[in-house]
This record gives sequence, structure tokens and C-alpha cells, in this order.
Amino acid sequence: METFWFCVIALLWLGYLFLEGFDFGVGMLLPVLGRSGAERRVLINTIGPVWDGNEVWLLVAVGATFAAFPAWYAALLSSVYLPLVLFLLALIGRGVAFEYRGKVDSARWRRAWDTVIVAGSWTAALGVGLLLSATVFGLPIDAAGDRVGSPFAAIRWETLLGAVAVAGYALVHGAVFLSLKTEGEVRERARALALRVAPFALLPLLVLLLTVQLRSGSTWTWGASIVVALAALGAYGRLVLRREGQAFALMGLTVAAAVAALFGALYPDVLPSTLDPAWSLTVAGAASSPYTLTVMTWVAAFGTPAVLVYQGWTYWVFRKRVGTRHIPRVHVP
Amino acid sequence: MDVLDLARWQFGITTVYHFLMVPLTIGLSLLVAGMQTAWVRTGDRKYLAMTKFWGKLLLINFAMGVVTGIVQEFQFGMTWSAYSRFVGDVFGAPLAMEGLVAFFVESTFLGLWIFGWDRLPKKVHLACVWAFSLATIASAYFILAANSWMQHPVGVELVDGRARLTSIWAVLGNNTVLAAFPHTIFGAFAVAASFLVGIAAWHLWRHSDDGPVWRASVKFGTWVGVVAFAGLAISGDQQAKLMFEQQPMKMAAAEALCHTESPAAFSVFAIGDVARPDCENVKSVTVPALLSLLAHNDFTTEVKGIEDLVPEYQAKYGANYPVDPRLGELSGMPIDYVPNLPVTYWGFRLMIGFGAVAVGAGLLIQWLIRGGRVPRGRWFGWLALGSVATPFLGNSFGWIFTEMGRQPFVVVPNPSGVDGVWMFTARAVSSSTPGEVLTSLVALTLVYGVLACVEVFLIRRYVRAGIAGVLPGDVPDDGDTRPKTDDDVLSFAY
Repeated sequence: METFWFCVIALLWLGYLFLEGFDFGVGMLLPVLGRSGAERRVLINTIGPVWDGNEVWLLVAVGATFAAFPAWYAALLSSVYLPLVLFLLALIGRGVAFEYRGKVDSARWRRAWDTVIVAGSWTAALGVGLLLSATVFGLPIDAAGDRVGSPFAAIRWETLLGAVAVAGYALVHGAVFLSLKTEGEVRERARALALRVAPFALLPLLVLLLTVQLRSGSTWTWGASIVVALAALGAYGRLVLRREGQAFALMGLTVAAAVAALFGALYPDVLPSTLDPAWSLTVAGAASSPYTLTVMTWVAAFGTPAVLVYQGWTYWVFRKRVGTRHIPRVHVP
Repeated sequence: MDVLDLARWQFGITTVYHFLMVPLTIGLSLLVAGMQTAWVRTGDRKYLAMTKFWGKLLLINFAMGVVTGIVQEFQFGMTWSAYSRFVGDVFGAPLAMEGLVAFFVESTFLGLWIFGWDRLPKKVHLACVWAFSLATIASAYFILAANSWMQHPVGVELVDGRARLTSIWAVLGNNTVLAAFPHTIFGAFAVAASFLVGIAAWHLWRHSDDGPVWRASVKFGTWVGVVAFAGLAISGDQQAKLMFEQQPMKMAAAEALCHTESPAAFSVFAIGDVARPDCENVKSVTVPALLSLLAHNDFTTEVKGIEDLVPEYQAKYGANYPVDPRLGELSGMPIDYVPNLPVTYWGFRLMIGFGAVAVGAGLLIQWLIRGGRVPRGRWFGWLALGSVATPFLGNSFGWIFTEMGRQPFVVVPNPSGVDGVWMFTARAVSSSTPGEVLTSLVALTLVYGVLACVEVFLIRRYVRAGIAGVLPGDVPDDGDTRPKTDDDVLSFAY
């Protein structure tokens, strides 16, 4: 049961990284791919109806961790305190920016919110990577699960690598998504950019996986890491051939295999202690009671399929490519 | 200040701020769903105008509610990690359920509603706003179940020094949440009602166009406000009876009742310093036996005063904090079982007072504009706008009262069972450094402050613009619910 919930939480992170990955990417690329005001509106409109739903995956991943592994939730979030504050401020900023930037018709107003979107998207993507790699590589926690040492203990080269890896993935994923969801010049530009930056931007992810595997890999997580590399290569190849849909799907496989490799290498720990392996939080040690996990399983069994159906329907409703010709004139007070 | 004080200030500021947006979202989304239903059923453009205008204000408000809500999901683990470990087995479940059952529905269907005008068939589009608004109510239920459990833990046992869930149904069916839920929802409707009445009356006073829209809004809001107030009174009375049984100290603190009284009088207001638990220097204007009625539905019940409760609490839960370095200055010190009396006493009165003023102002405005009249004086504009603030204040003071009134506990002991499942607030905080918490407190407060200015600026702008701001020109409504052309990708764009 504990292992099942460990997998559920990995799946929730996967959903989050796959979905919000591209809306982070869109935000990060806003000034690069959106050269005119209308183009920037096109970019934002590709994620307009869905970004909030994507973000809920994070809230549910965190909420489910609280319910299923309270000790993990408590130790991780209190130990990575300051980076998390920055991460939360970034999420707050970009969320408000999406909703408010179009509410006043003024170039200055929009420019200010665009800055918030770009800075917020970069910071948040880096933050997610830092948080995830902190739990994979471990933190200096004592027997009680409290952090020993400085507030910046979570910032090490491994976690910085994790931060860059997630941001790099989001960048490419966002560009592929835009090449799938837009038309005309923006589409071409997005595709060209994805092809140009992918070899560099996806490299940190591969280095991250290699580092994790060398430390605590097993045969099947090695396999998953190889799938990551192959899927990324495949996505590249499909994009060269202008098969954007397939490229996007392969980017999904990339992140799925990456999450499997990371969480697989972490198991049976949930948060290793870098001070003493005996203090590491494990799946069995950090879990809630079997009764609570059973309750949560019933909730997830009914809730998750419904979520997938209606979120899928949203993407179906807004499946068309967006172009500058669709953008109506601004009408605001 | 130490970590405990900083963490409490941070939780207070972020939560009270978040809860300014929440009730407006809950109340207004259902009213907007009602307006859109009226439009779909009658085809009257007045209702379309109402839906668009109030819907736009709802969206501006909702965005802020969403982003400030993210912080809530994280901060139990960040600043209250000891609490999270102690209660995680039971407290995390309603939070996760809220996410899975309510947040997903809210965020997805709101996106569909915003972007789906003209794109979705009319009735499907209407269903989206209903799904959204009902999800906000479900969300409220789960959060209140979690909060009510802190006020009155049920369905748990103590295992290895931690609360362990034994019955989720006991937690979700806690009599405390069954009273707190209607009270909170009616409170949300009171907020939305005053919002409608105040802003619409202001437009009437300005002689804005679209008079019928504003008149219909005032009328709608007034009736919602009256029903909400009645609901608040009934559910609040229910809550008082539970508080009397479950949290006698909070009851005494609400009244600053120092000495046990039988029958107990209700204090209307007090002159002097209510901070002292011995009631020296306080003159209070009271209604005889009303507190007994509130507590137990009769005119004779004895209500215990603070002086008598303190020794009872000391006997049950200890006179001193344990000696533990994590408790900092409080380690080994006597436990102060008396909540902050000025806050609880005045918070309780301001909650009731602002609630009553809100419904009174609504009725007054409705009466002043009867039969097509509109008062000319500047005072009417101020009355209209001022009344909007009152239920927000009532809600905030109510929550400040109920959360401050449970101190020094974070999980209040259940007097009739569940041995050992209670926790002092002082023991709940993380082992963070004061610097960390101070940094986040300052950063969040500053950002929230800036965002408050932005939201007020935007709401003001959209309120002033009136219907013309959301319904450009006279868009013909030909009843065609399909997208105009196949290429019609966006009916709304940022």
C-alpha cells in the first residue's frame, strides 16, 4: 500500500511536470518567440484555458504527500524553506500576470506583467527542479526529520543541476508545444528554436539521470534512463520531420521515463539523510496508517479518472492551433 | 520575535488575506451561475449583462484567490512541520481530497467558462459555471472539515504520540463542521450579496446606463443578503452551543467572562480594559440570561468563567510546558490558558456587528431606491460603497476570533473522549530559524500588499466602466450557439 502511494505521488509529479512543463516553457519563451504584441497574446492564449488546471497537479501532489507521507511532507518542505518561498512567489506572480495582463489596454501595463511571467516561469521551473532533486539526493536531516545546518543546505551542485535540468526540459517542451499549438511564423520560430536549443537544454537532464543512476541505480532504472535518451532523440527526429504531435508525445515519454528513473532510484527512501543513512525517511517509515491510505485509495480511484476525462475534454475543446488572425481587438475599460 | 510568533503572524496574514477572496468567490460564483441560468432560460439580455459584469469581477477576484491558496497548501509543512507530523494521518486527507475533488473541477471548468463563450453550446457552457461554483462549495467543506477537526478532534486515536485516523466518516461528519460549514457558506453569500447591492446601488446613484440591470442586481442581492443573515444567525447559534460544550474557554473568552455566572448574561459591549482575566476595571453592558440561552437554549444554565476554567485546564493538560529546547523561551514555563481577551471579545462583537450592519445596509438601500427613486446626496454613494466592506470585515473578525480563541492549542482537546490527541501551538512549529520565517513573512506580506493594490485598482476600473466595459456595443444575439465559423478558435483572448 505504501509503495502504491509512492507510485501515485510519482505519477502526480509526472502529470505536473508534463503539463505545467510546457506552460512554464511558454512563459520562459514569451519574449523570444513573441516578437509583437499580437504574437505574445497568441503564446499566452495557447495556455490560457489550461495553465490553472495544470498547476493543480502540483497542489494535489503536495496534498497527497501530506496525506500519505506526512513525515516526508514535513521534512522536505521545512528543510527547503527559503527556495520554496521564492518558488511560491514566482507561482503567485505568473498566475496573477496571466489573468491581469490583458485587463488594461496599455503597453506599459502589459510589459510589466510580461516581465513577471518570464521571471516567474524561469524561477518556478528552476524551483521545481531544485525541490525534486533535493528529495532524490537527500538533505542533511536528523533522526526527527529536522534539517541540521544552514537554511541554504538544499543548495548544492546536485540540486542546482536538477534545477537546470527541469528548466531545460520545460524550455524544449514549451517550444515543441508551441510548434504544435500555433500557426504561421510563431510556429516556425518555435520549431526552429526547439531544434536549435534541444541538444544543450536537454543535456542537464541526462547528466542528472546519470548522476542519480551512478549513486543508487538499479537495472530497471538504468533502462528507464536509456528510454529518456531514446525518447528525447526520437522527439528531435520527429520534429525535424515536422511531426509536431508525435514529437510532443515523445517529450511526454521523456519526462515519464525520467520521473520513473528518479523515483525508482529513490525508492525505498523518500528523503535520504545525507548525515546518516539510518535517519533517511523511507516509504514504510514516513507513510500514514493503512486505514488512511485505504481511504485515499478510494478517493483517488474515483477522482483520478474523472479528472483525466474532463481535463482531456478541455484540451479537446481548445485543440485548434492559435494564430494572430484569431486574436480579437482588445476591448477593456 | 521568535519563530513561533513569526510563524503565527505569517499564518494569520496569509490566511486572513486569502479568505478575503474566498467568500466572494464562493458566493459570487453561485449568484453568477444563477444569473446565467436566468439568461439561458429567458433570453433576457439584462441577465446576460449581469452575468458578464459580475462574472468579470468574479474572475479578477478568483485569480487572486487561486495564487494565495497555493501558499496554504505548502505552509503547513514549511512553518508547521511538527504539527504536520502529529496530525498528518488525519489532516492531510481532507486537503488531498479538496485538491482531487474540488480544485481540479474549479480550475478546469473555470477555464472552459472563460474561453467557452460562443464556443461551447449554451447549455454546456452554463453547466461549466455550475460545476465551477459547486466545486468551490465542495472545497469549502473539505477545508472546514480539516479546520473543525482542529477545533474538535474526532475519529482518531493516539498511537506512538501521533494522531491516527480511525474513521474518515467521523471527521467528515464532525458536528463541528456540520455547523461551521453552513455558517461559512452563508457568510460567503452575505459577502456576495453586499457586493451586488453596494456596487449596483452606486451605479444607480451615478445615473449610469443600464438602470434595469442595476435595479435587478440590488433586488437579487438584498434577498440573498436577508436569507444569508438568517442562515448566519441560525448556524451561529448552533456553533455557540457546540463551543459551550467543546471549547468552554473560547466561550468564556468570547465574553471576557471572568467569573462563573448562572444564569449567564451576554455582554453587549464593555468599557475599560478587557485584557485582564480578573475583570477589574471593566464595565460591561449586559443582557441578563442571554448567554445561557446562547449556550444551552434555556435561561438558567451555568456558564463557567475564566477564573474557574484555568485550574480545570491546568489539572487536565498540565500547568507547565515540558522542558524541551524546541520550545525556546516557553520551555518549562507556566502555560497561559487564557486567549488574547481583547481580540476574542471584540472579534466576536465585530463579527456579529458587521454582519448585522451588512444586511441592514442592504435593506436600507433597497428601501431607498423603491419605486424608481434614487437618493441624490453624496452620502448615498458612500453608503453603497461602504456597505460592500462590512461582511468582509465580519468574516475576518469571525475567523480571527475562532482561531485566536483556541489558543494556546493548535489542536484543541476534545473534552468527551479521544485521549491525548491535542497539541499546543508552541509545539507545532518547524525548527526553522527566525531569519527564514522573517524573510518569508516580509516577502509574502509585501507581495500580498502590492497585489491588493492591483486588485482594488482593477476592480475599481471594471466597476466604473459598468456594463459597457464587458459587453461592447450591441452584439446581436441570434441564438446561434455554435461557433460562427470553423476557424473561430477564440471567443475570448488575453
